Formats: sequence, C-alpha cells, structure tokens
Amino acid sequence: MAHALSMIVNGREVNAHVEARTLLVDFLRDHLGLTGTHVGCDTSQCGACVVQINGLSVKACTVLAMQADGADVTTIEGLAEGETLHPMQQAFQDHHGLQCGFCTPGMVMSALDIVRRHPDPSEAQIRDGLKGNFCRCTGYGSIVEAVQAGAKAMR
Amino acid sequence: MKASAFDYARVESLEEVFALFAEYGDEARIIAGGQTLVPAMAMRVAAPALLIDISRLEALQGIARNGDRLRIGAFTRYVELQHSPLVAEAAPLLHRAIPLIAHEAIRSRGTFGGSLANADPASEMPACALALEAVMVIANAEGERRVAAADFFQGLYQTALEPGDVLVAVEIPVAQDGMQGVIEELVRRQGDYAMVGLAATGKAANGMLSGPRFVFFGVGDRPVLATKAAEALADGPISPEHIAEAQAALAQDFTPLGDIHCSPATKAHLARVLLGRVVSRLLEHR
Repeated sequence: MAHALSMIVNGREVNAHVEARTLLVDFLRDHLGLTGTHVGCDTSQCGACVVQINGLSVKACTVLAMQADGADVTTIEGLAEGETLHPMQQAFQDHHGLQCGFCTPGMVMSALDIVRRHPDPSEAQIRDGLKGNFCRCTGYGSIVEAVQAGAKAMR
Repeated sequence: MKASAFDYARVESLEEVFALFAEYGDEARIIAGGQTLVPAMAMRVAAPALLIDISRLEALQGIARNGDRLRIGAFTRYVELQHSPLVAEAAPLLHRAIPLIAHEAIRSRGTFGGSLANADPASEMPACALALEAVMVIANAEGERRVAAADFFQGLYQTALEPGDVLVAVEIPVAQDGMQGVIEELVRRQGDYAMVGLAATGKAANGMLSGPRFVFFGVGDRPVLATKAAEALADGPISPEHIAEAQAALAQDFTPLGDIHCSPATKAHLARVLLGRVVSRLLEHR
C-alpha cells in the first residue's frame, strides 16, 4: 500500500507516494534522483549515507522515508550555492580530504554536524565525530585537516 | 527494496496502539527510533506485517522530575538525554553512558525505551537501567503496571513486555547527594557493542564506597548485577587488596558467555580489568 509523504528536501517541498518499506536513502536516490547520498554498508556502519533531518545528522539507510514525513531534509546537494562550493566542501578539495570520493558526501555531512556542536573543534572532537564514517582509502589524516579548515572558514 | 513489504501506521494515542495490537496480534511491531529494527528488517531478520510508529505519541515523550523520581518518556531520543541538565544531575550514570552508544548520527534517532525493549545484552541502556534500579512503566489495553529492571530483563532480547504491551516511561530514583555513576566498556572499534562493559553507581567518602552496584554487560544473556564483587568492597577503606578480592569474587557472580570475538576466559579477564578501573573512578569522583 502506498503512503502519502511530504517533506522539504534542500529547501524544496516534495510530495510523493511510497511503499512503507522505502528507506530514506532510496527515496532520495531513486525517487528524487539525488544520488550524492551514497549507500555503502546499508546497515548504519559506514556513514556514506549521512544526511540531516531537521538539522541533525542521521544515517539515511536506517531511516524509513515515512519516518521523515513532514521533516526538513538536507543532503550533500543542498550545500553549494550554484557553482560556489560550501566552505566545508571547498576545504575537502583544498586539503585533499578525499581520494576515491565515495565516503565524501557522508564525511562532509558529518563534518557539518561536528561544527554545529563544536564551532572550533579540536582534533579529538573531529575524530570522535567521525567515528561513524569510514574511509576505505584510509585518508583520515587529510579528512581531519579538511574539517578543521572548513570549520575555520565557517566561523 | 530490502525489507519485506509491511503496512505502516503512525499513531497519536495509546488507544490507537492497543486497537492495532488487537487487530494484528504479534504480527504488529512498534517502531521507535528504528536504529536496530530498520537494519534487522532490511536483513529480513524481522518481518512484521505492521509497523506502529510511536514517534508522535505525546504520552511517551518528555523528561520530568517528580520528587525523588526522574521520569523519562520511552520515546526520548539519546540526543535529548545527552543534553538534558535534569538527567545530568539526577542520573549522572545515564548522562555519561550516552556518548558510548554507537555514533552521533545514530544517537540523533535512537531512543531510550527502544533500547530497553530490545534488550540487547551487550548494549549500555539495559545495564544502566539495572544499575540505577529503574522501574519500567508499561501500558496495555487493560491498564498500566510497573516492573523493576531486575525483573524486566529476562534473557537474550527477552523482556517482561507481552504482546499488546507498550513501554511508556522509565522511572529512576534521583541520585542522592554524592551518588556517582560511572561506565566503562571495551570495544573492538569505537561505537561498537561492548565486548565487556560495566555500569556502576556508588557513593564514595573517606576512601570507602557505600551501596555500590556493579552491572556488567556483554557477559551473558542479560545485564548482570555483581553482588559478590560489591560485598568484597564493603568493609573499610578500599585498598588494592580489596579490589583484587572483588575482582576474584567476580567468578562467583557470573561465568561469561563467549562469542565469536572473545572466549569466556578473555571476557572474565576483561571484566576484572573494568572492575578495577571503575572502582578507581568511583573513588576519585570522575
């Protein structure tokens, strides 16, 4: 049975009908074409699917689309202003915070959550905040530097 | 689509929940934060016919202090617990336990009551509930009842909740002055379930501990209260010898169940290590 669903995604109102078993990540990718949010492990381990619901980071593979009914959702596509990257995205580029790039959308979304909680984060706070995000290229050193630089640019 | 098909109802009253349980029986399942249930359904370990979403049920929300009891709504998310000054003051153990649960992006969704109802023996919340002598407030179509944590956890993922029951709230005695709460766990990766963990409460004064409660998790089919270890610390100021006696006494409290990562002997060793650390922390008030 299809359920009516309504939410704000990256500032735009979205109305749809979905099966109850539709995961938020699948709704974003398959229904809305927002493929910047990645599916890595699909069991809330890897963090490639992190998006924001009402300003808090969540793993979109572990939330049903219906659980986000009425919510304000932000994905990686919602960060840049036209051709101008968000300061955190720019920092990842400048500091080589990505290698293959698969984990990057989730890393950037988690980085924004770290800055929300700690506007001037220490290295320990950054590493703690990235516990739930895996980079299988193991480029963590550069990622931590990028988050530090991005946080500075956002202050 | 990973999960099998199911129906979904978002309820706004307990009466609606009871009516749905009456219609669907044990084919209906409550979804709170869904941080365990959604992956379980994606892996088809769980396949309910109906999900009852309680996220907008006001009766299950809120944190309030009523005299010497702290009442926490079952649908309180971890992120709310973590930032509640009331919880930090009245239940310091709980406040300290939240950062050990998974990751920030999971704590923003997962709920206190969801973890208790799930009763994973390696998770932090059931152990904290037992250490804090929490009381579960449970409702069904017949009315409300209260079940102490010691009776609530009955085995691997088994609780006193019967079909048709809803965990509404948890009541915790407010920490009296000087009562500390400390939690330690050993994990393979930060945010993972504990190989062994220990949640403890106790009051330290003049090198002595009064009324300590040591609850281990990840060692059996439910959280385990180590009474023999606590007795070994009862007399006089605590010396290294006392701690060694308490560590030895753990063998009378439980024999750990092994798992794919840890043998029973390894877990027994880790439990002794944690007991030493936690007693030191309780004595140092940190």
